[in-house]
Amino acid sequence: MRILKNKGKLILLGNEAIIRGALESGVKFVSTYPGTPASEIGNTMSYIAQKAGVYFEFSTNEKVAMEAAAGASFSGLRSLVAMKNFGLNVASDFLLPLVYSGIKGGMVIVVADDPGCSSSAQSEQDSRALSLSANIPTLTPATPQECKDFTKFAFEISEKYKIPVMLQTTTRVALQSGIVSLNKIARPRKKAKFIKEPHRFVTMPPRVLEMKKEVLEKIKKIQNEYSEKSLLNKVSGGCHSSPNSKEKEVSKSSEIGIITSGVSYLYAKESLKELKLDLPVLKLAFFNPLPEEKIKRFINPPAGGLKKVLVIEELEPYLEREVERFAREVNPKLQIFGKNLLPWVGEFKPEYVTGAVAKVAEKKWGVSQPKLPVFPKRFPQLCPGCPYWFVFQGIKKAVNEREVIFGGEIGCYMLAGLPPHHLQDYLYCMGSSIGIAHGIKKTTNQKLITFVGDSSFFHAGIPALINTVYNKSNPLIIIMDNKSTAMTGHQPHPGVGKTGMGEKTTAIKIEALVRACGVRNLKIIDPINQKDFIKTVKEFLEKKEVSVIIARRPCIFVK
Amino acid sequence: MKKDFNIILSGVGGQGIITLTRTLAEASLIERRDVKTSELHGLSQRGGSVETHIRFNREIYSPLIKQGGADLIICLEAQEALNVCRYASKKETIFLIDDFIKPVFGVKQTPSSEKIKEEIKKFSKKIFWVPATKIVEKETGNPVLSGIYLLGYAVFKNLIPLKENSISRAIKNVLPKKYWDLNLKTFSSAKREKEK
Repeated sequence: MRILKNKGKLILLGNEAIIRGALESGVKFVSTYPGTPASEIGNTMSYIAQKAGVYFEFSTNEKVAMEAAAGASFSGLRSLVAMKNFGLNVASDFLLPLVYSGIKGGMVIVVADDPGCSSSAQSEQDSRALSLSANIPTLTPATPQECKDFTKFAFEISEKYKIPVMLQTTTRVALQSGIVSLNKIARPRKKAKFIKEPHRFVTMPPRVLEMKKEVLEKIKKIQNEYSEKSLLNKVSGGCHSSPNSKEKEVSKSSEIGIITSGVSYLYAKESLKELKLDLPVLKLAFFNPLPEEKIKRFINPPAGGLKKVLVIEELEPYLEREVERFAREVNPKLQIFGKNLLPWVGEFKPEYVTGAVAKVAEKKWGVSQPKLPVFPKRFPQLCPGCPYWFVFQGIKKAVNEREVIFGGEIGCYMLAGLPPHHLQDYLYCMGSSIGIAHGIKKTTNQKLITFVGDSSFFHAGIPALINTVYNKSNPLIIIMDNKSTAMTGHQPHPGVGKTGMGEKTTAIKIEALVRACGVRNLKIIDPINQKDFIKTVKEFLEKKEVSVIIARRPCIFVK
Repeated sequence: MKKDFNIILSGVGGQGIITLTRTLAEASLIERRDVKTSELHGLSQRGGSVETHIRFNREIYSPLIKQGGADLIICLEAQEALNVCRYASKKETIFLIDDFIKPVFGVKQTPSSEKIKEEIKKFSKKIFWVPATKIVEKETGNPVLSGIYLLGYAVFKNLIPLKENSISRAIKNVLPKKYWDLNLKTFSSAKREKEK
């Protein structure tokens, strides 16, 4: 438990540094639903929570996790909730009104995006879009040290303005390790009490519109008092100290500037080192609210002379659009570069950024493109002995694969889509396989089998199952019950009977839920009993009502 | 050290590459250098290809190594060397490859060591082939130690500008106590390669 060390320096992943920042801020309540690239936040918390004296839970899904963290904050404690990008979509139903009402104890929402989808199916989502639509203050760290520092800063802003604050990372920040200087772990406030205050947390009209006004006022204040002033939004290189403030000013000789944030900043600095250029770089710590005046001063410096700006950001061009808007006002002749030189799809590589900087600086630079060897691609595989082998193998024996539609979801069983299985005709978010199955079964007479994981079933599968039963269609749903949220690192879920802090609790029985949803064709089978499994698949595929097989056999890593 | 030192570790999920990455980062911290690493988790670990980056020097910005920017590429599985050639430049990159091949599922013709060697020669002038998996399997019965053996090899052959003592201390900082002995022994056993 080196992360609980009192002082010195440690090598930490961005995710671990976020926890350290929270501990140094006196966090008392942490919740999450596991999702890569944010998974280590939960894993590490689960490991240290008891010792650190902080409550921690793996919640049923991200919305519930956020609601729970909000409840702790309403009761006066500092709380943190962590999730991957898509988790924020699930939680957004609650997020928007939460920002309206505001909170009490500091509350930080960590969201990890995954440009390039190295550990995500579904989409290459840029969660900054939700930052804008929710009007939630948002910080974007670049390094593990910043992950720690910005978390602390986020708690400070959150508690001062009574608004949740989002910390947005990406894979290369969350799973980047580096040196982090430690400060003292704060002693959390012990007493929590929910104090009844009329309408403080009630988002009913017409009060809700007043709340929206209050949010906009808070954002304006945070912009003026923090974002514009904070040295975290900093200028480096190609600049000089200003006599009147701590801020640096772009030098007259600088004709080209760079605006960037997050891990892209690190690529920008790397490229300047390589190209031996000394260009001013404005690094934005705040995505929302942006330091508008600071950006305007950067693109239209008092000394004059800036002709070109390169905006370096992964995924959507949100910063670039804002810079364009500001430039129209203060420096209409400014040439703005961004997505015209850098990819909109996939994550950046250092050489992409160097290429773009070189182009804007009209510097000769090229990287040789040798012919790379052709080699067999190593797809991820189900582990040897994984229970899912038996499920997929049994299905292949029970049905004609070409005549049956196969639905999939997020989890180890999404490997059904890869060789040697090839049992996947659609794959979207958690819970969706059942919802889609219902639509297909209602409109066609084709046979259909969907796979849904145990954790996914708890997460978002139950409403879809109810819909399927109630509205009378008949897919065969196979719940892959391996007693674990396996793909993200074997976290427990409500069916396991163990909390995130390692305490025993009531295990929620999947079969009881399924029965309560009105399913009459239900069988629990250990898929290693192939004969029984195959027979049941065949039999259930002919049923006129919904049928469910709970394929129950623990993941080989479950002890 | 004038230049940033850039290491790529490559191999297959389950070979202990993440722990090896931590050990190298820790050793850099012990030597008071700035260090950054980058790794991937989740689905990429399920027996698929694994690739991590470690960079250290006075001040490191990017966690990722640029194309052609690796000083040393350590491969815990020989075919995986083919997967990371984009980081190699013929002039500067050294390859240290375990002569161990794990066939790719569903691929009938696994390339031979000779074939891989031939390919890698196009990307590097200095290639070391070490049967690390075979050696540790014979001596300890545990193939997962191949990485730590290769690390020992790299240190004792001066392919990595980190001291033996820093690595030993790093192993103790990173690993649980019950694994110290085996790892330290395997690490030092690579010393015999020094004389070769």
